[in-house]
Amino acid sequence: MQKLINWVDERLPIVDAWNKHLAKYYAPKNFNMWYFFGSLAMLVLVNQLVTGIWLTMSYNPSAEGAFASVEYIMRDVEWGWLLRYLHSTGASAFFVVVYLHMFRGLMYGSYQKPRELIWVFGMLIYLALMAEAFMGYLLPWGQMSYWGAQVIVNLFGAIPVIGEDLSLWIRGDYLISGITLNRFFALHVVALPIVLLALVVLHILALHEVGSNNPDGIEIKKNKDENGIPKDGIPFHPYYTVHDLLGVGVFFFIFFIVVFFFPEMGGLFLEKPNFEPANALKTPEHIAPVWYFTPFYAMLRAVTVDFLGLPAKFWGVVVMGGAIAVLFVLPWLDRSPVRSIRYKGMLSKIALVIFVVSFVVLGYLGIVPATEGRTRVAQILTVLYFLYFILMPFYTRMEKTKPVPERVTG
Amino acid sequence: MRKLIFGLVFALLPALGLAAGAAVPLDPMEPDHTNKASLQRGAALFTNYCMGCHSMEYARYKRVADDLEIPVELYEENLIFTGAKIGELMKISMSKDMAAGWFGAPPPDLTLETRLRGESWVYSYLRGFYKDEGRPLGVNNIVFDNVGMPHVLVEMQGLCAVKPNVGVGASVEPLSGNVNNADVCPDYAIEGTMTGPEFDQAMWDLTNFMSYMGDPVKVERERLGIFVLIFVAIFFVVAYLLNREYWKDVH
Repeated sequence: MQKLINWVDERLPIVDAWNKHLAKYYAPKNFNMWYFFGSLAMLVLVNQLVTGIWLTMSYNPSAEGAFASVEYIMRDVEWGWLLRYLHSTGASAFFVVVYLHMFRGLMYGSYQKPRELIWVFGMLIYLALMAEAFMGYLLPWGQMSYWGAQVIVNLFGAIPVIGEDLSLWIRGDYLISGITLNRFFALHVVALPIVLLALVVLHILALHEVGSNNPDGIEIKKNKDENGIPKDGIPFHPYYTVHDLLGVGVFFFIFFIVVFFFPEMGGLFLEKPNFEPANALKTPEHIAPVWYFTPFYAMLRAVTVDFLGLPAKFWGVVVMGGAIAVLFVLPWLDRSPVRSIRYKGMLSKIALVIFVVSFVVLGYLGIVPATEGRTRVAQILTVLYFLYFILMPFYTRMEKTKPVPERVTG
Repeated sequence: MRKLIFGLVFALLPALGLAAGAAVPLDPMEPDHTNKASLQRGAALFTNYCMGCHSMEYARYKRVADDLEIPVELYEENLIFTGAKIGELMKISMSKDMAAGWFGAPPPDLTLETRLRGESWVYSYLRGFYKDEGRPLGVNNIVFDNVGMPHVLVEMQGLCAVKPNVGVGASVEPLSGNVNNADVCPDYAIEGTMTGPEFDQAMWDLTNFMSYMGDPVKVERERLGIFVLIFVAIFFVVAYLLNREYWKDVH
């Protein structure tokens, strides 16, 4: 065995890579439960890839056959129902895990210098993931697949001058059709997974270059022993590999409860209208995107006034796009001398709480039908969402921070 | 055309909200896919009364026969009218185009009806027909207003002269012991062969069968789920002990 390893290693630096990324990658020893979600995101990604490959074997990407082929998978393919539910539940689980992973970053300032690129790559992953999820949702070819895609693709039409041609170009037809389905299928199973995987590699390479942050926001590389090993660091393998198994256990327990007992999750993960085949002539009563898009959808609906001669829907799209775009520049908005929320001042803490509450409530408002009162609330929350970012350079600089310890705490 | 579609969809955006509409109160129905007798009665009802117009084209006869423990010969003899083989999909011979001409819209496939609308909706709808001379077929439905479907089960239920009390539920008066609303229809224009409670039971069986058809793997899925969760729980214990062993020297 050792001989084989040596043979390969002389030709390909596998020992080096193993050491750099696992056995001698020193991670802070004070990771808490918020640090499970990175490895869990990877686990869900693998789940999506594997189940996706097998679903592709029986799926028929045509307007005539798509819906029936999903039911064929559910009924006639051996274990097809399990593959399908693992994939559909996995899609939602991916967003749950990624949202918690991003929240961890916000909380402990993991985006701050020198980790700006890790954050930017992460945001690109999030963007690619949204595109992947959106296109995947068209594939079952149910009513909600169809009309959800119709509404979202038409959003591009709100862009002045080029908008209508742009959405026509995306659809490949004057309305969502089999042509759209075929190209979304190609993008969903080939193009976007490649992009996702490449971005994940970049995300991790960038992380391993600068090292992991931790709940104290301390740079562990500043405190090394005589061998050049960070005093507060421990090798990722085996310490964090066995530690992450705990997270995997808890995650799988919850995940499988959903897969085996509540695969529709009360209409949140699989929406009820999607049990009816797509019909271009019949609009569902209530079109709502899947839950992970609803905060942005609520923002889109919250914009109700025309401005500068451009219609409200255009500004809605601008607000929605801006809500995602603003996350990219986060590393340059935070001017705080400390990273972690533990040592930031009261203003940062209040701002983070308001931000999270706004995001969650907007998510709820995006699911339920809009009323005048709800739209008003959504408008206020949209403003609060943006204020978190716009005011960040000010409140992070003016507040009084607590002294950061030399070494990591528990 | 492009403008029209575009305008239409955007006109919808705000309306998306309104949607949902005023919900009709429904009678609750909790399906039980382990009740094989009920599922068999439901299968017989569905095949005899519904399958003239409604297909279940995503499912196969063989699966139903196996899951419901109906012998294949018996099934072929009594429950397949189209000459289909037992392994085929449960399609019907009525053409969708002709049906659209007769009823306004082709009767929908019902394989996934309970997953689309819910068991309670189907159960309430089946018991919600009443006499309405203003409609082309002389009947209307309290759950699905202006429905295009005739009251197929009129010989069993009879025809309700007034709007049936769907969503009210039976109740017992504490003093007299009288049962109110035991029959969903308080006044019949035509009497049927079944009493109110008998018809309710029949519709419960039919809904139960449709629920099974929508999600045929449910019982097996939940049975397996228990074992999967037990396995994950044991895995967690092992992972926990392993983790403790590795981390005991880290301070």
